[in-house]
Amino acid sequence: MTQDERGRHLSMSRRTALSLGAAALATPMLSRRAFAAPTQLTMLAWYGHAEPDIVAEFEAENNVKFVPKYYTGGDNMLGLISQSPPGTFDVILSDAEYVQQLNAAGYIEALDPADYPFDEFFPEFHRFPGHWDGDTLYSVITRFGFLGVAYNTDALTEAQASTYDVFWDPALQSKVGHFDWHLPNLGQISLLNGNASPYDIDAAAWDGVKEKTMSLRRQIGGFFDYGGTFSSLNNGQMLAFAGIGDWITGTLEKNGAKVRSVIPEQGGLQFTESFSIGKGSSKAELAKKWIQYITSAKGQAKSAQMAAYPCLIPNEKGWDVLNAENPQEAARQGMVPGQSNAMDMIRSGRIKYRQLPVQQSLEEWNDFWSDYKSA
Amino acid sequence: MRRHISLYGLTFSLPLLIWQLLFFVFPLFFLIALSFWTVRNFRMEPGFDTVNWVTMYGRPIFWQAYGTTLALAAAAAVLTSALAFPCAYAIAFKLSPAVQRWAVFLMVIPFFTSYLVRVYSWQVFLSDAGIINVMLGWLGLGPFRLLNTVGATMIGYLTLSLPLVILLQLFSLIFVDRTLIEAAHNMRCGRLRTVFAVVIPSARVGLVIAALFSFILCFGDFVSPIYLGGGDPTTLSILITDTTKSGQQWPRAAVIALTMIATLLVIAFLSVRFAYKGREK
Repeated sequence: MTQDERGRHLSMSRRTALSLGAAALATPMLSRRAFAAPTQLTMLAWYGHAEPDIVAEFEAENNVKFVPKYYTGGDNMLGLISQSPPGTFDVILSDAEYVQQLNAAGYIEALDPADYPFDEFFPEFHRFPGHWDGDTLYSVITRFGFLGVAYNTDALTEAQASTYDVFWDPALQSKVGHFDWHLPNLGQISLLNGNASPYDIDAAAWDGVKEKTMSLRRQIGGFFDYGGTFSSLNNGQMLAFAGIGDWITGTLEKNGAKVRSVIPEQGGLQFTESFSIGKGSSKAELAKKWIQYITSAKGQAKSAQMAAYPCLIPNEKGWDVLNAENPQEAARQGMVPGQSNAMDMIRSGRIKYRQLPVQQSLEEWNDFWSDYKSA
Repeated sequence: MRRHISLYGLTFSLPLLIWQLLFFVFPLFFLIALSFWTVRNFRMEPGFDTVNWVTMYGRPIFWQAYGTTLALAAAAAVLTSALAFPCAYAIAFKLSPAVQRWAVFLMVIPFFTSYLVRVYSWQVFLSDAGIINVMLGWLGLGPFRLLNTVGATMIGYLTLSLPLVILLQLFSLIFVDRTLIEAAHNMRCGRLRTVFAVVIPSARVGLVIAALFSFILCFGDFVSPIYLGGGDPTTLSILITDTTKSGQQWPRAAVIALTMIATLLVIAFLSVRFAYKGREK
């Protein structure tokens, strides 16, 4: 205590050094919670579902980092899961027709319906076909859309595009494109042939679909993947498109392209996307939290405006949030309550669910699609 | 001494041997085995079943795609060789060594950019509202359908293989014995006759190998037929993706892939045999 100036100085210096050292060592311990590495949540989905415009808020609130694995179709998705060890994917986005197969193969966990905001959903989506096995829920619907005729507004009027027959218009020879997936295209031809259940058709009706489809072949300018469909519609290379809907034209239209989609008089197809939790996921609680977030009114409004491709949403309260946030987009997609809207199309029976073929094998439909492409 | 040479040779050839075993021989055997597996509920099941071979070889679409791919690749090899030859000839015989080096450098530059990007950029030129049709429009012509045609696929094939073919042709032409050309001139051979009677026979091996490379590249190409040809007509590479997209039929895709490999091996063998015909004398 009787240290001289130099000693005090040295003593202070030592104390300061010790304090600084202790603080430096303690800092990571004290701040570990604040700066912990984010938990990685793997998501298997169509492109766009784990992009920042959708997941950034959830990631920040829950210290999560999504690791996406994007696929380009239901078969592709099933293939990726079947070739991965159990637990590889925490969250799985699937089109409705593939949920049953995911469940049959044991790839997804059973869910508790009470965990999700079904009371906010339109009644049509409370027990969506294929999502339930008896009273057990396996997947929660998050968005949907309609497939009809996509067309270039400079080349065709809405009235002209309001029938699938427009694809056979001689003026459109080599200007009709196909989204290269047999299910939506053949389903549309089946609707045109007057099949009330477009995917549940007998052998004679199936032959009719094949014959009608073949008669379209000379009109076709190409078969396009996701990117090719975007570019060929955007640059006017294709003036009409089969097998798609607003999920592609909506994005283009919002960016100024002269394209739109219309549900033709013969009816349209509905595709549906839903989230499941992967079997064996070690982060099932977090996965559940994500599904709760994206199916909540707030998450739904975000999902309806997803940058990669917009969609309709099943949460009625989500419609309210969307109308408050972006009334123009709500009106564009037909999600304004109290007006003629997307739900009316479903309720009037103009829209049929897209399904896997019922009386034929998926392989049979695909083999025909290959034959058609090379004809 | 012989033992030392053998060890020396073995030491330096070992990496190549290991490389070939790891990345060619083993995958090839796996591909052969895979072609006999079956798929149930999107899952591959090992086994020995000839169903994939019977199914694929029994489908007309397979043989249509095979014929189309063969014809397109052969046409591309001939067209590329014909377009490349004047260019390679000019570089080899008409330019100074300094300019030759610059020409070779310019030939290599396309390889610095992605082939996919180069193909996509062709869409800007070939689409109905693209640069070519706009220019034709100024002349009161068109618009012509250029994109999503076989012609557009061929342009993609040329984009893929032309620089390589020019380089390979160039390297063979550079080594043509100049005294033979002078002798031909002294014997009053015209320029064209000298080219066909002296230059081409002398550079035959390089010219055939260059055409073979063009054929190999185009035969397996997926990008041009899809993004410039619009997927029409179906080629074997498109058929492979179609087959794997639906039902995860990788074993059937293996049948297509093995047929492609076998075809390329036969074509390569015949080409090399033709190239070296008479050389061993």
